[in-house]
Amino acid sequence: MRLRRIWIALLAALVVTAPMLAAGQPKELFIPLLVYRTGPYAPSGIPIADGFVDYFTLLNERDGGINGVKVAWEECETQYDNKQGVECYERLKGKSPVLVNPYSTAITYSLIPKAPVDKVVVFSMGYGMSASSDGRWFPWVFNFPTNYWSQASAVIRYIGQQEGGLEKLKAKKIAHIFHNSAYGREANPTLEELARKYQFELTLLAVDNPGQEQKATWLQVRRLNPDWIFMSGWGVMNQVAVKEAASVGFKMDHLIGNWWSANDSDVVPAGEGAKGYKGATFHAPGTNFKVHADLLKFVYDKGKGSAKKEDLGAPLYNRGLVNAMLAAEAIRTAMAKFGNKPLSGEQVRWGFENLNLTEQRLEQVGMKNFTHPVKVSCEDHEGSGPVLIQQWDGKKWTVVSDWIAPMRDVVRPKIEAAAVEESKKLGYTMRDCAKEK
Amino acid sequence: MIYREAGQFKTTYGADQAVFPVAQDRVVVAAAVVAAFVVPPLVASEYWLQAVLIPFLVYALAAIGLNLLTGYAGQLSLGTGGFMAVGAYSAFKLATAFPHLNIIVVFLLSGLVAAGVGLLFGIPSLRIKGFYLAVATLASQFFLIWLFNKVAWFTNYASSGTITAPDRTLFGALVTGPNSTAAARYLLALGLVAVFAVVAKNLVRGRVGRSWMAIRDRDIAAEIIGVRPLRTKLLAFGISSFYCGVAGAGLVFLYLGSAETLAFDISISFLVLFMVIIGGLGSILGSFLGAAFIVLVPIVLSNAPHAVGLRLPVALQKQFELMVFGGLIIFFLIVEPRGLARLWQITKEKLRLWPFPH
Repeated sequence: MRLRRIWIALLAALVVTAPMLAAGQPKELFIPLLVYRTGPYAPSGIPIADGFVDYFTLLNERDGGINGVKVAWEECETQYDNKQGVECYERLKGKSPVLVNPYSTAITYSLIPKAPVDKVVVFSMGYGMSASSDGRWFPWVFNFPTNYWSQASAVIRYIGQQEGGLEKLKAKKIAHIFHNSAYGREANPTLEELARKYQFELTLLAVDNPGQEQKATWLQVRRLNPDWIFMSGWGVMNQVAVKEAASVGFKMDHLIGNWWSANDSDVVPAGEGAKGYKGATFHAPGTNFKVHADLLKFVYDKGKGSAKKEDLGAPLYNRGLVNAMLAAEAIRTAMAKFGNKPLSGEQVRWGFENLNLTEQRLEQVGMKNFTHPVKVSCEDHEGSGPVLIQQWDGKKWTVVSDWIAPMRDVVRPKIEAAAVEESKKLGYTMRDCAKEK
Repeated sequence: MIYREAGQFKTTYGADQAVFPVAQDRVVVAAAVVAAFVVPPLVASEYWLQAVLIPFLVYALAAIGLNLLTGYAGQLSLGTGGFMAVGAYSAFKLATAFPHLNIIVVFLLSGLVAAGVGLLFGIPSLRIKGFYLAVATLASQFFLIWLFNKVAWFTNYASSGTITAPDRTLFGALVTGPNSTAAARYLLALGLVAVFAVVAKNLVRGRVGRSWMAIRDRDIAAEIIGVRPLRTKLLAFGISSFYCGVAGAGLVFLYLGSAETLAFDISISFLVLFMVIIGGLGSILGSFLGAAFIVLVPIVLSNAPHAVGLRLPVALQKQFELMVFGGLIIFFLIVEPRGLARLWQITKEKLRLWPFPH
């Protein structure tokens, strides 16, 4: 009886004190990582989280951090769920982070209003709110190297190339299969505008969360028989879609996933059927780069890697590397101005806004020909970077296109208009970029 | 000894029918409410307010709502998430369409809209009962979420389909939106929950609550003694949905700040139902205890390894958390199937005798 009481008292004490423990003053750069290694989105979440962590381990092991300042990070499991993501952010906010990677468009939407209040940079690399590319309205949010709207326009341009010119798109049937969430819907306005411009027939097909059930969608696809399908899927939805596409006999090389829908884990379950499936990306797949050799030497040979060696080079793993590299380079840019010490959120924000990642710099970080240079400015937080199309040959991804430029003339005015709309909701005012610097 | 009721004489019917007939209860509850208003805004860190206490209050309100319907009136519902979504989206529409409308009025009106929708979806309850009713309310859950996904008007044609809480003030202080402090939002949530909990407590011990319980215990007998099933059941659906609607508005305006329909999916309906079952069917206190259990335990479990200096991989930690959480639910249901509220009642009875066991 007494023992039981002690147990109860101990439990009660744990319940009360556990979340109260806070961290002290920073000596390192702290980066919270909102990840999802469990749940229906784990197939996509694991490789990207591994890539991110491995790159920071590499920085710490090889260079002793960024310009000598160690990088510290902590993972927090969100299960791709908005509420858990907000809880994670609030928990890790106490450790004075300089930037946050939400890894989820929905969580990004939740964190965007908090960013200027908490002075934390929201770096949603290639996801999140497309409108936040207009840095005049969203100083704290960055989504370079390119966003969903640019990607959609680049994919349409690619389809045009395959059909022999954008004017040939007329009366072609293109379907967009999307995850029915803020993320999946994001590309729709641009696709609708392009459908008007090039007069192709656009059909929007939503797949409800989490995306395991797609029979109805693919029945519609069969009835519609579209010429091309563009897909915005995530997590378990991707592999189900690829399998379903193979089983309804859709031409796989006419099915193009966006850059979150083209990973090894998305195509391997479909086996031979996935052959020919295409996906967008903004960096190369594979391991033939110096950064991968360094990873093996400094991280994996020391047993500090977070993934399995053979999983290196998967598109989403490489995406994690690119994401971490861009964040590190932005911090380095800020250090050039503010000194090699742990920085504040405002200083890192300056670094993001003045990031100029050149070809030479990419070579120095071992990513030559891996991804493309990025230049960020006060007005443009996106860079409207070009897109590659990669194709699955049954064993590996190969790049099958040149860099495809997005249709900036279509996308940028839409971004500026949407930025005004979105900022109105948040009560923002536009800043004058001429006065920055 | 602590709970000594000897000597507390009731000389009027009023005193006998009071919400808290025992003096100790009155003192404890009053002290708890005052403490809830005063202590956390002064002491608690932003993490505690934002990630623990505000969601606890919001879910407690939803749990009270569902408890009125399921615990008191005996109508099993899986539509809670849908009704919360109605509250959230109507609050968003009202707040953006009428920027000068007081935020409290926005909350109440969105509750009324949810009540209307609840009435509509309560109609099948007149013909079907039990699990079959659960399936019918499940339809409302899916229909409402589908509706908010499909009709862009509800989100003011936002391309992402996300609704965002605008900045609104109350008594000169910002209480919603990104620039409001967590303390202000906490106080508003607490105020809403306190008022609605008192209302609910009084509802269930009055004529309305008694007719609900009569319907719950034996609907034919209730009909024979003059309780009208149509009115009673629909009233339960309406009032329950009102609570859920206000809770849904609170979820977006006071807790998340922005949300899409995913925040109100079927898992929320189950979560709130579990709160009610674990807390105790037919108990207002149980709604609070259940919400505390469901909200707090996962957070404690995810923080616990860190607190004792254990660094686990996040995936392992999450699985460990789910296992322990599931185990705890089973444990409590085996130990006390009538919920945490019943455990509290037993504790009180024990305290009455303490330190003499018999």
